Amino acid sequence: MTKTKREVARRPASAAIPSGWEYAPAPESRDIVRVNESYGLYIGGGFVEPLSNERYTTIDPAREEPLSEIAQAGKADVDRAVKSAREAYAERWSNLRPSERAKYLFRIARLLQERSREFAVLESLNGGKPIRESRDVDLPLAAAHFFYYAGWADKLEYAFPNRTPRPIGVAGQIIPWNFPLLMLAWKIAPALAAGNTVVLKPAETTPLSALLFCDVVRQAELPPGVVNIVTGDGRTGAELVSHPDVDKIAFTGSTEVGKAIARTLAGTGKRLTLELGGKAANIIFDDAALDQAVEGIVNGIYFNQGHVCCAGSRLFVQESIYETVMAKLKRRMRTLRVGDPLDKNTDVGAINSKQQLDKIGALVQSGIDEGAEIYQPPCKLPERGYWFVPTVFTNVAQSYRIAQEEIFGPVLSVLTFRTPDEAIEKANNTPYGLSAGVWTEKGSRILAMAQGLRAGVVWANTYNRFDPASPFGGYKESGFGREGGRHGLEPYVQLDGE
Amino acid sequence: MATAPVLPGGFELPLEPRLPRLGSIDAVALEARAAALATRSIKRESKLFALDLAIRVMDLTTLEGADTPGKVSALASKGIHPDPSDPHIPSVAAICVYPNLVPYALERTRGTDVNVAAVATAFPSGQSSLDVKLAEVREVLDAGAQEVDMVIDRGAFLSGRYAQVYDEIVRVKEACAGRAHLKVILETGELGTYDNIRRASLLAIAGGADFIKTSTGKLPSSATLPVTLCMLEVIRDVHEETGRVVGLKAAGGIRQAKQAVQYLVQVHETLGLAWLTPDRYRLGASSLLNDVLMQIRKERTGRYQNPDYFTVD
Repeated sequence: MTKTKREVARRPASAAIPSGWEYAPAPESRDIVRVNESYGLYIGGGFVEPLSNERYTTIDPAREEPLSEIAQAGKADVDRAVKSAREAYAERWSNLRPSERAKYLFRIARLLQERSREFAVLESLNGGKPIRESRDVDLPLAAAHFFYYAGWADKLEYAFPNRTPRPIGVAGQIIPWNFPLLMLAWKIAPALAAGNTVVLKPAETTPLSALLFCDVVRQAELPPGVVNIVTGDGRTGAELVSHPDVDKIAFTGSTEVGKAIARTLAGTGKRLTLELGGKAANIIFDDAALDQAVEGIVNGIYFNQGHVCCAGSRLFVQESIYETVMAKLKRRMRTLRVGDPLDKNTDVGAINSKQQLDKIGALVQSGIDEGAEIYQPPCKLPERGYWFVPTVFTNVAQSYRIAQEEIFGPVLSVLTFRTPDEAIEKANNTPYGLSAGVWTEKGSRILAMAQGLRAGVVWANTYNRFDPASPFGGYKESGFGREGGRHGLEPYVQLDGE
Repeated sequence: MATAPVLPGGFELPLEPRLPRLGSIDAVALEARAAALATRSIKRESKLFALDLAIRVMDLTTLEGADTPGKVSALASKGIHPDPSDPHIPSVAAICVYPNLVPYALERTRGTDVNVAAVATAFPSGQSSLDVKLAEVREVLDAGAQEVDMVIDRGAFLSGRYAQVYDEIVRVKEACAGRAHLKVILETGELGTYDNIRRASLLAIAGGADFIKTSTGKLPSSATLPVTLCMLEVIRDVHEETGRVVGLKAAGGIRQAKQAVQYLVQVHETLGLAWLTPDRYRLGASSLLNDVLMQIRKERTGRYQNPDYFTVD
């Protein structure tokens, strides 16, 4: 350009262009939600003090500050909750007109929408996940699940044509800490829609949104005892699992605990569904839309700090595009914003607990020891709280622990493949089978891959996308039974001849 | 076919068989990423930085049949001193006008660092002969325009005559070389798919564009966040591959300061701070400026001021 820049005196102060564009803190206000100093157990339509007299402290993992004192329910407490659920089932809920059940569920869904900001803040506060995710993913999906199953409540015979579905009784439900309210919705909505009552145990580290949900239950004027919430650690869960008057157990969590539950229930006649761990393959072909595939990789593994059972923790890249994909991925990782979960610009929040942080650290160390090459973007972490820098491992062999074990953290293992057959073979070469991702612009290849991959969910050109109408669940050690969709009703009904 | 400067990979072969195979875009994922970036919450000093920047990269535009020398002069004055009451407000990057109005804009901008950009090549449709288009380009250059915004021939592009589109760009670039900056308007609203937008971007860059630009502003569908993200990713790929720097101009439909901030955030997180200068990024807009000024004053004083305190030109 030949234009001569002439003397200009009208750009004084603004000529001082900052060397970077630091986004100012944009925190969501935590004042919108009130956290009580302590909580009891929600049994029979109200909070009661735990008979166990035991309590523990739940914290904010981003600040390591105590938030509230939580009841540790014992055997007698669980028994009380199950009795209350049984009574509500027999006397109030199973005989209610299905359209009335639907009304309650619609009411809960609307209340969740109305109070979504409050719930989102609480979810980030207690769990460490970025507010952007709890606001844009957890809450809308939780409400959507209640809306979806509310619609089924009076149409069950259409879900199971010619099979007269009936409720099964009292469901004991145990949920994990990664999506506390969303998992609660996945569990409670289909159970109630089908006419069952529930005793639900939220995860030890993230009980607060379930306890706030009790207030929604109250507002919705749900008959007492239909929903009971008992808090506590694994011991409480074990009591619930082994309680003789529970008809069905639904568990989402680690494969280890899932196996223990299956052993306990063997021969009891109780129904069981398990949604357990995963080590999903995210497979990138050379004809994929690369920039979008890189977004899919990032969303697959760094979404919710990698605390996602279906996380795309094993990345398979076709060798011909390996260098390009890695360069794009590393550049993208440098733009990830790690920090305060309540800041609206945070992409990656805090690790849920000290225990989980230690586990991630140990597995990452094993990756380094076994000879994998580690990359972590430059990243300033807050001083207090539990944090882990988004990490990617290259030069990973199938035999390394980081390629085999579920890390449940922001750690990606990258492997390569040459042909579609090799991709399928390697992707299936794991004890798990919850989910997989395929990135290609070729439609026929998507269908062929979906057929070959032994995973409950196969995403094509997207990742970690959920919808209440779509069933979710695993193969092999990732569990059995499906949640979501019409399939998600099945574990909660008995059909003719059962 | 004429030859161009540094070519992105794939352009050494004839265009017709090659171009449709150059990269592809997944529309759903692209839109999701653009939407996610649009949720960035930009506050306080970081917002002031963005608003100030929005003015510095603005191509203040008037492209109406009713444009007159008076209208253009007034707009140029506004571009030089957007807010006469505040000396800290920078000038815009350029004034963008029709060819015959270039002299009137230049009359005002002379002695300032505000450029004059002229649309040319049978703007907005591009439906004319190459000779007419080149004549128009020479005319605006002779008149003194420092930037030329040309349109591609979408008819040729959509019927697969890529070489024709490419040749036109090359010829216009030859005319501009050493005299003016060339921005190539793709008119993305007429291209139909993100794949086409990516291909047209590559074609324009291969043809010698200094900037690629989304739209004429004459269609209901102009710049959108996914469209500009798609184009930024092309620019990024070309830069990574060849080291060549190409700018982006988002134009059409950007009326509010909030939108401008979203566009700037997108550039920041896709290409980094290096692209946040008038040499590499422009926002083409006719009515954005006053909203930006109003937001700046709001950030500084904490309250909104009556629109009558901002000049209408």
